[in-house]
Amino acid sequence: MTPSTTLPAREPTSRLKAMALNPQTRQKLLAFASLIVLMVFFGLASPNFLQTDNLVSILQATAVNGVLAIACTFVIISGGIDLSVGTMMTFCSVMAGVFLTYWGMPLPVGIAAAILFGALSGMTSGVLIAKLRIPPFITTLGMMMALKGLALVISGTKPIYFNETEGFTAISQDSLIGTLVPAVPIPNAVLILFLVAALASVVLNRTVLGRYTFALGSNEEAVRLSGVNVTFWKIVVYTVSGAICGIAGLLIASRLNSAQPALGQGYELDAIAAVVIGGTSLSGGSGTVLGTIIGALIMSVLTNGLRILSVAQEWQTVLTGVIIILAVYADILRRGRS
Amino acid sequence: MTHVPIPADALISARGLSKAFNGVRALEDVRFDLQPGEVHVLMGENGAGKSTLMKILTGIYRRDAGEILLDGTPVDFTSPRQAQAAGISIVHQELNLMNHLTAAQNIFIGREPRRGWLLDEDRLNAQAAALFERIKLALDPRTVVGTLTVARQQMIEIAKALSHEARVLIMDEPTAALNREEVEDLFRVVRELREQGVGIVYISHKMDELARIADRVTVMRDGRHVATVPMGETSIDKLIAMMVGRELAQLTRESVPAPAGEVVLEVQGLARRGVLHDVSFQLRRGEILGFAGLMGAGRTEVARAVFGADPIDAGSVRVHGREVAIRSPEQAVAAGIGYLSEDRKHFGLATGLDVQDNILLASFARFRKALGFVDEARGRRVALDLVQRLSIKTPGLQQQARFLSGGNQQKVVIARWLYRDCPIMLFDEPTRGIDVGAKAEIYKLIKSLAAQGKAIVMISSELSEVLLLSHRVIVMCEGRITGVLPGSAATQENIMQLATARAQLSAA
Repeated sequence: MTPSTTLPAREPTSRLKAMALNPQTRQKLLAFASLIVLMVFFGLASPNFLQTDNLVSILQATAVNGVLAIACTFVIISGGIDLSVGTMMTFCSVMAGVFLTYWGMPLPVGIAAAILFGALSGMTSGVLIAKLRIPPFITTLGMMMALKGLALVISGTKPIYFNETEGFTAISQDSLIGTLVPAVPIPNAVLILFLVAALASVVLNRTVLGRYTFALGSNEEAVRLSGVNVTFWKIVVYTVSGAICGIAGLLIASRLNSAQPALGQGYELDAIAAVVIGGTSLSGGSGTVLGTIIGALIMSVLTNGLRILSVAQEWQTVLTGVIIILAVYADILRRGRS
Repeated sequence: MTHVPIPADALISARGLSKAFNGVRALEDVRFDLQPGEVHVLMGENGAGKSTLMKILTGIYRRDAGEILLDGTPVDFTSPRQAQAAGISIVHQELNLMNHLTAAQNIFIGREPRRGWLLDEDRLNAQAAALFERIKLALDPRTVVGTLTVARQQMIEIAKALSHEARVLIMDEPTAALNREEVEDLFRVVRELREQGVGIVYISHKMDELARIADRVTVMRDGRHVATVPMGETSIDKLIAMMVGRELAQLTRESVPAPAGEVVLEVQGLARRGVLHDVSFQLRRGEILGFAGLMGAGRTEVARAVFGADPIDAGSVRVHGREVAIRSPEQAVAAGIGYLSEDRKHFGLATGLDVQDNILLASFARFRKALGFVDEARGRRVALDLVQRLSIKTPGLQQQARFLSGGNQQKVVIARWLYRDCPIMLFDEPTRGIDVGAKAEIYKLIKSLAAQGKAIVMISSELSEVLLLSHRVIVMCEGRITGVLPGSAATQENIMQLATARAQLSAA
């Protein structure tokens, strides 16, 4: 046997260097840097911006969009898209209203119902996509409308209030951390956002489900040829995404102390925007939960800061649009180089 | 031919294998055997049945007749997974990896080691490292696959096959995309595995590789087994003769002298890194210039480069003696070059459009009326005239192109360029996937176009077709022109010699 002279020995160099050169890390750093720049800018422009109250309200405003964006992150990494997360959230909050207010069930049952109906809705999308091979865009567009309609039908188009259910508003509005450390009155909604994010991060990076989520988005055919049940895992991805939408449904219902059946449409686009700004590729295969959270924070900082500077609502929307396009362009540049 | 008897200790022995697709015989009474610790090369022209045979052995296709013994026990695989579980793995020419995942993650996809609910990434990487050790590959298992060269990705596929305890490893043209150094590395791994007792089926067109790696060679032709011989008892020349088949060599063709018209197209020093090297040729008015070569020799790439569909690193193109800068198909068409691409469905035909729009697609500008409206009536007259002239069989001009037969789809694309009136036409596999009758019609059409003074490049993988039509034949191998033969002197044998000429090249 000839000695392997052609083998380069330079492969396993320092991991730090590899990480710094990793395009995904670079994008995350870029997103994080943008967030800091935005905060410094608004901080200098207005003394009110960096007040604790304002920062807390930014976090509070991020909670719902953040959780929805995490749901979207799963689906987008797997190579799909989900347009139904907004109305799915609403549908789940209406279902919570049905169990708690209509039927007077105890709070834990209502919480379980919201998450369960989210999972069921997601599973429906997953079955349509994986089994019947209807494209994700069309499937979830249909689901978006169907769930919106269902929420309106079930609620009789009227809001369902949770006045009878003790402790419901505490889910989102109270501050567990605040009672322990009064200096940081972070509302529970934000705590839940971070818990969901941490859990999602572990699932994506440390479990088989996460591995298959990335693998599906990277090369579905290769996964199939490796003997993995692609249909099953795709359905699981959408089911998990749906369950997370259920959590978002609880958060928003708790914050408004009501299930608002007309709400929801438009949230999906904010969620997808957060995912994209956070560096998750819309073509699938790569992405991080941390990036998504940063993306969601950038969006709420922008909205909040511009409002403080008295920029008209219309212009805020224009700016958000520009930022999304810039973020996707950054993604294209990144992929073009690698 | 001598048939080596199959010893009893064969890893795989298959006999009497037959397979037909829609009544067309792909394999007929084929035998094949593989010993542990041997490299068995499988040879044959495109369409000889090599791939079909391998797909049957790996459970992708099911055989119509015959039997396969694995370690002396009859097997009948119904899926690639079953074959894999039984120890038969294949490394396809097109690699199937997940670019975003690491090497280790790719190898063990679907079989991840776990600790409770969580993945055991450390064990995963250690297992992959052990596999790399076995093929002496210095690679961090945590490397993201998308950042690796094709050669490295192939090594990962091999490691993946080994991770399935493969005792039979099938490699389909593994060196097609590798450079010389990488080929050496691959050979080293192949020999390593042979030492370890793995039986290796190696499909290749490259003659110089055979002499270096093969223990035995099986030649196939037209879906049949021609011979199985130990490499030491044969020669490259004998193998080529077996591949081509004497009886096919004599083909009736009208001996047409090469036309002496003026040079219409002159390509000089065309190069594209890793794909084309110093390609130069001239094309005259009224001439049919055949391009022969094996798959991946670079013929399509020449046509695409001349047509501006792919960027080039060097080279010039002169049309009618004037140098033209062609950076896009639009500029090529403006310079009078038309291209009928290899893959009609993907590149040539707008399958969703109707016949008329497909014919006029390259010439809409001529039907423009005020405000950008299209002169529908005149367009219909022109399209109808072409449909009749080329006898395209279609229920009407409004028929969507996708519903036509392959031959008629091809004619629609030809009609488009005919009407565009390009003096230079590049035909890339003009008869692929169409039946014999339609082929004859396309041949007639190409000949009559040449007779009318068009200059024609015809790329084809069917040697008989190249021989039948060409005034001159250019033979390519690995992105280079390895020979130019006058049509009268071209034979299947000397074309095949040139098409597999790398041995001679590297010796020189």
